[in-house]
Amino acid sequence: MSTAGQTERSRVQFLQGNEVCAEAALYAGMRYFAGYPITPSTEIAERLAERLPQVGGSFMQMEDEIGSICAVIGASLAGTKSMTATSGPGFSLMQEAIGYAVMAEIPCVIVDVQRGGPSTGLPTHASQGDVMQVRYGTHGDHSIVCLTASNHQDLFGIVVDAFNFSEVFRTPAVVLIDEVVGHMREAVRVPEPGELDLTERLLTDVPRDVDYHPYAPREDDRLPMSNFGGVHRYNVTGLVHDMWGFPSEKPKIVNDLIHHLYLKLENRKQMLTRWREWSLDDAEIVLISYGSSARSARHIMENRRSVGVPIGMIELQTLWPFPSEMIRTKCRHAEYIVVVEMNMGQIVHEVKRAVDRPERVFLSNRVDGEMITPTDIKHLIRVIQGKGV
Amino acid sequence: MAVTDYLRKRFMPHIWCPGCGHGIIMRALLSAVEKLGLDKNDIVMASGIGCSARMLGYVDAHTMHTLHGRALAFATGVKMARPDLTVVVPMGDGDALAIGGNHFIHAARRNIDMTAIVMNNSTYGMTGGQYSPTTGCGEYGTTAPYGTVVQPFDTVELASAAGASFIARTTTYHAREMARILADAIRHPGFSVVEVLTQCPTYYGRKNAKGDAVEMMEGFRDCAVPVGPLDDSGHATVTIDPEAVDAPIPIGVFRKEVRAEYCDAYRRQVIEPAEAAAAASAAASAAAGGEQ
Repeated sequence: MSTAGQTERSRVQFLQGNEVCAEAALYAGMRYFAGYPITPSTEIAERLAERLPQVGGSFMQMEDEIGSICAVIGASLAGTKSMTATSGPGFSLMQEAIGYAVMAEIPCVIVDVQRGGPSTGLPTHASQGDVMQVRYGTHGDHSIVCLTASNHQDLFGIVVDAFNFSEVFRTPAVVLIDEVVGHMREAVRVPEPGELDLTERLLTDVPRDVDYHPYAPREDDRLPMSNFGGVHRYNVTGLVHDMWGFPSEKPKIVNDLIHHLYLKLENRKQMLTRWREWSLDDAEIVLISYGSSARSARHIMENRRSVGVPIGMIELQTLWPFPSEMIRTKCRHAEYIVVVEMNMGQIVHEVKRAVDRPERVFLSNRVDGEMITPTDIKHLIRVIQGKGV
Repeated sequence: MAVTDYLRKRFMPHIWCPGCGHGIIMRALLSAVEKLGLDKNDIVMASGIGCSARMLGYVDAHTMHTLHGRALAFATGVKMARPDLTVVVPMGDGDALAIGGNHFIHAARRNIDMTAIVMNNSTYGMTGGQYSPTTGCGEYGTTAPYGTVVQPFDTVELASAAGASFIARTTTYHAREMARILADAIRHPGFSVVEVLTQCPTYYGRKNAKGDAVEMMEGFRDCAVPVGPLDDSGHATVTIDPEAVDAPIPIGVFRKEVRAEYCDAYRRQVIEPAEAAAAASAAASAAAGGEQ
């Protein structure tokens, strides 16, 4: 599909968001996928079952989501870019192994196509209820990468970014989309090979038969890796470990490791933050949204602008680590900030923590399984403005 | 190479209790590896959580100490990425058959080329002696102060029903035979299960009045009944004379069957035809593009 020499016209395809995830992952060099069927993410597995072997990769349907994420981590450790995809219930099952990838610092990408929850919830409906689960779902102090998109062209790049970030920071990266983006079809231009930057794994230059310390971070917090099956034999564990990868309970080693796992991402928000913005310069009202909600938010933003309301918008594409500094700066002059999301309020709390005068932050939400509409958001704006619905 | 060349002496002494059988299993495994002449860089070991899992720290291979019950799933990913590597997965009985039971039966069904060693001491040793899926009915553990009320799993029968293509059982008393069986299992091109009965004198032995480590190993010796030779279909006949032994334990190789191995079958049935079709389609569209 993404071969060189294709005509520009044949690069434009009419795809489902889930199919975009699959194609973008192949573009990023992903060559192993393990997964388990679950609505509304199954099309990712179905497409990769067909596409991966065409490029010499392997697709595997595992016995459950736990097995899927574990196999993905194993394949990545052995040098193959790997991914799994799931929805809320399966994502819950994966949490322990996501913590393992955090602790053992093994790159991998997980796509969570959100459904309504909790539990089996609403398998085929719109929701954005998993935002906090991505951040805090696995136990213990850590940081994590989470990216999202509202449209397929952005989604393609975001999936590639997720692979790049997971390799640079040796961390699990979560692509968090929702049922609307996953199942919606729209035109997407598949980039040419080489058009988007791909980050390959940073491998150690320590020669054979010389001591290699797999868990001694460089000054920039990066850990040059030696893939399993190579010339460096070392231990990988989910226990707190020293620079050899051997279990340790020494307070200094524990302290250094926890700080490293947390700060390697939290200190690099500038590199990790992806967002879009519209009409912020004179905006008295700033909408902040992400995923499919951002489509409705943008619609009402443009609609209100056209009748003279000073309104602007930020669409978040990096949810974690949360870009608090960017939000604080861009919302400095806003009179009102409206966070639009399809949950009982998750990102809205992060926005309140980020900005001065958090009392000007409002939530426009919807949790009935239907996509939030521009009219829903307009009603809240009118209430804030004291105009009545 | 000597057996000790496969050890990471830097991380000794080990954490196992005096009398624990796990060191005997590690020794037998290293003997097997040495006998096969495997390069250390070609060996990947994945383990779960528990006393068994701590073996990995001491073996000089690519070692992955993973999550409780999930070692086979991690190992599956490694094997898919690098089918050329030799993958060995030591697990405890709780690890393999309780929390990891689902991965165990599916890895067996897939017949993916790796060697699963079930180090069966009939207890959860690391957490202090709770009853496990192989604790005998009526036996004791810290969570079975009145005795268990359930039947234990028979690892060999379970592996057999799930479709493992190499299945064996041995004990820590039969250390030399264990090394031979493990070498055979590693060489076998498919999913191999080797159950090793091992003593935990600290918990299981003490709770069940089985005596010290030596007495427990003598128990393995006295109860062991060798199975018959493999027939042409790769199955052994188990003949037990109930008069001869009290509580007999059949040991030996129960099954050694040649069946399609997963990585190999996936490559032949899926990757090769799909790659060929994709290449043909790309060539056709390139030719069509050239005519425009």
